[in-house]
Amino acid sequence: MKSALSGIRNKLHKIISTHAPQKTILLATLTIPAFLWFITTQGPLAPVKVTTTTLQTSTLHADVFGVGTVEARHSYTISPVMTGRISRLTVDQGDTVQTGQLLAEIDPVDLNERLTGSRRMTARVSYALAAAEAQLGEAQSRHKTASATYQRYVELRSRNFVSQEMLDARLHEKNSADAALTAANANLAAAKEDLKKTSSDTEGIVRLLKQTRLTSPVNGTVIARHTEPGNIAAAGTPVLQIADTKDLWIRTRVDQQQAGGLRVGQQATIVLRSRPQNQLAGTVARIDLVSDSVTEERIVNVSLAEGLSHLGENAEVTIALSAVDMARSLPAAAIKQINQQCGVWLLQNGQARFHAVKTGITTRDGRIQIMEGLSPQDEVIVYSQQALSEGLKLKLVRELVKS
Amino acid sequence: MINLAGRDILHNWGKFVMTGAGLGLLIGVTLTMAGVYRGMVDDAQALIVNSGADLWVVQKDTLGPYAEPSALHDDVARDLLLQPGVMAAGNAAYLTMQIQQGKREVRIMLVGIEAGKPGTPAYLVAGRPITQSHYEALADIKSGFSLGERIRIRRHEYTVTGLTRRMVSSSGDPMIFVPLKDAQEVQFLKDNDALLNERIRTNSAQRTLDASSPSSSQMVNAVLVQLKPGFSDESVANGIRRWKHVQTYTRAQMEEILVARLIATSAKQIFMFLVILSIVSAAIVAFIIYTMTMNKIREIAVLKLVGASNQTISGMILQQALGLGLIGFVVGKTAATFWAPLFPKYVLLIPGDALRGFFLVMLMCALASSFAIRAALRVDPSSAIGG
Repeated sequence: MKSALSGIRNKLHKIISTHAPQKTILLATLTIPAFLWFITTQGPLAPVKVTTTTLQTSTLHADVFGVGTVEARHSYTISPVMTGRISRLTVDQGDTVQTGQLLAEIDPVDLNERLTGSRRMTARVSYALAAAEAQLGEAQSRHKTASATYQRYVELRSRNFVSQEMLDARLHEKNSADAALTAANANLAAAKEDLKKTSSDTEGIVRLLKQTRLTSPVNGTVIARHTEPGNIAAAGTPVLQIADTKDLWIRTRVDQQQAGGLRVGQQATIVLRSRPQNQLAGTVARIDLVSDSVTEERIVNVSLAEGLSHLGENAEVTIALSAVDMARSLPAAAIKQINQQCGVWLLQNGQARFHAVKTGITTRDGRIQIMEGLSPQDEVIVYSQQALSEGLKLKLVRELVKS
Repeated sequence: MINLAGRDILHNWGKFVMTGAGLGLLIGVTLTMAGVYRGMVDDAQALIVNSGADLWVVQKDTLGPYAEPSALHDDVARDLLLQPGVMAAGNAAYLTMQIQQGKREVRIMLVGIEAGKPGTPAYLVAGRPITQSHYEALADIKSGFSLGERIRIRRHEYTVTGLTRRMVSSSGDPMIFVPLKDAQEVQFLKDNDALLNERIRTNSAQRTLDASSPSSSQMVNAVLVQLKPGFSDESVANGIRRWKHVQTYTRAQMEEILVARLIATSAKQIFMFLVILSIVSAAIVAFIIYTMTMNKIREIAVLKLVGASNQTISGMILQQALGLGLIGFVVGKTAATFWAPLFPKYVLLIPGDALRGFFLVMLMCALASSFAIRAALRVDPSSAIGG
């Protein structure tokens, strides 16, 4: 019994007096503030981290970006005026051609034969003309004789040497000779017209024959061959496409929002899809009067200084607008639109304040010109961890994302 | 008056702290599970909040653009500006797709935006907004892309100019913002083989592909509308629905679609798990406290023997239980805050949940200790000697 009691006493002693209570208090005073600090700074109750900047003064280069396709400034479609089989194609894609050079021939079918026939007809008509002339001579001679005979009988009748009946017979002869002469004259005129007609026919067939030969209207390069010899080409369908590949431009689409400052003559840099590393030089050559109303883009034609490209290729065009010197600017990420109001968030006494500003041009590297509304000391918030609101508690950091 | 509980804890403080830490990890898991559930709902709401829209105008009779496919002509946005109460309207195109980052595949939601119109991200964490009309992109930081990186999306390469945060789809996929025209092209322009095939079918060489032709891509998925101050969203939405023959959702309706329908089952799944996990955690807390007290049954018998009052004994057990709960909560909260950012999807720890968790833990501890107290008070003091 005694030993049991002493055991209990030992145990109690152990429970009560092993350690000093100061240690508990010390531990609590260390861990509780640490935990509170942890909760308020790391979790959802922490202030929103932001980065700030101030106004910078520099020269701003505004430019406009657009995408387009390489096109020839002038392009010619070669097509026949009449339907026919293509008998010969003398050129292929890439060939250089001169003005008037024969490019293709259409099979004339029976045109040559029709030309021969027409020429024969001309010969025949010229013989008919000779015959008509001879007939006229004969009619003239007969008319002369009949007229003279009639005059003589008129005289004889007045002296009553011949009967009235005989005079009438002579008058009839004279009248019929008159009619024969008119007929012979008309025959001759008809024969002359026949000759003219057949000559015109011949001329027409010659012209038609010429049309079977397709020739180049300009000095240029064949950029497309749409058909092959032996194929039938309908009137008006393209056979070949010719373009001046030294005179290329890029039909560029520029968003209407950015197209306000574009002028003919502005410098442009062009990056072709096939050569993304190379920058080519160009100039704005023409701004189309009619914009694309569906895509809300303006069509700007930028001529390419080097004529070294494939037509139809995709190109990215950057057109430099005028530069603004001594412009005060902010990063574009700092400018916000709230209720149609353009402004920035300022960091004031650890809190967010919205402040309206007036902006100018935007550059492509993301700087926006500030016209008015800010002083150089203002701390403008650029990046934030979440959307800002008036009076939100903020904590300034150097950067939000480690670069 | 000496504090028996404190003395007892200090007597065997290593074991006590270890038990508390173990308990804490369990509480941490429960808190994280709550965070996963909250994060899931928040992902859906982030989509709504970040779009900055008051109204969503989508194809008639659809739940678009997030829950169902929807297609509208892009000039609808201009018509909408004429409606009373409409301040701004911006076209938006959404497309969930898979893209390559080096050898890694990233699932993203491609969003086509019009610069300066509703739908543009409200804030960036790095870089600059899109200033070029084509081939520039803003990427969400969760997608893993960094500034200046080139992303290949279908036909073109895009340069990442800015990084966003918390811009995710309802399923938590990070968003990549590109200019609307590019997004339309991605969505509606087919690949080369399909185009060639189409050309042969229609037998017209010219018609099908002109990358910049307007006919290929005039559709958008939704028009995001911002209202002028002072107009009620429901009345403007009614006007649009009635006269424009398109479906219009207000913010509350969109939230209903996203939270109550789109993620409903998966959210419920997580929630169910959360409930079970909470019950299991509570049970484990109770068992631990009960067994801890039962282990000390001899000491309690001794205390009784030396004439300690019932109040002293039950106070000791209760204080120990609450202390254990406190350590557990601190460890759990700390652990959850540390490992939450490591999750691939968003885990949202809200202070309300933590507070609720704290009271639940304390309540559980108190409840469990009451069983232990009952057992302790019933102990026969003579067992201290007999044992």
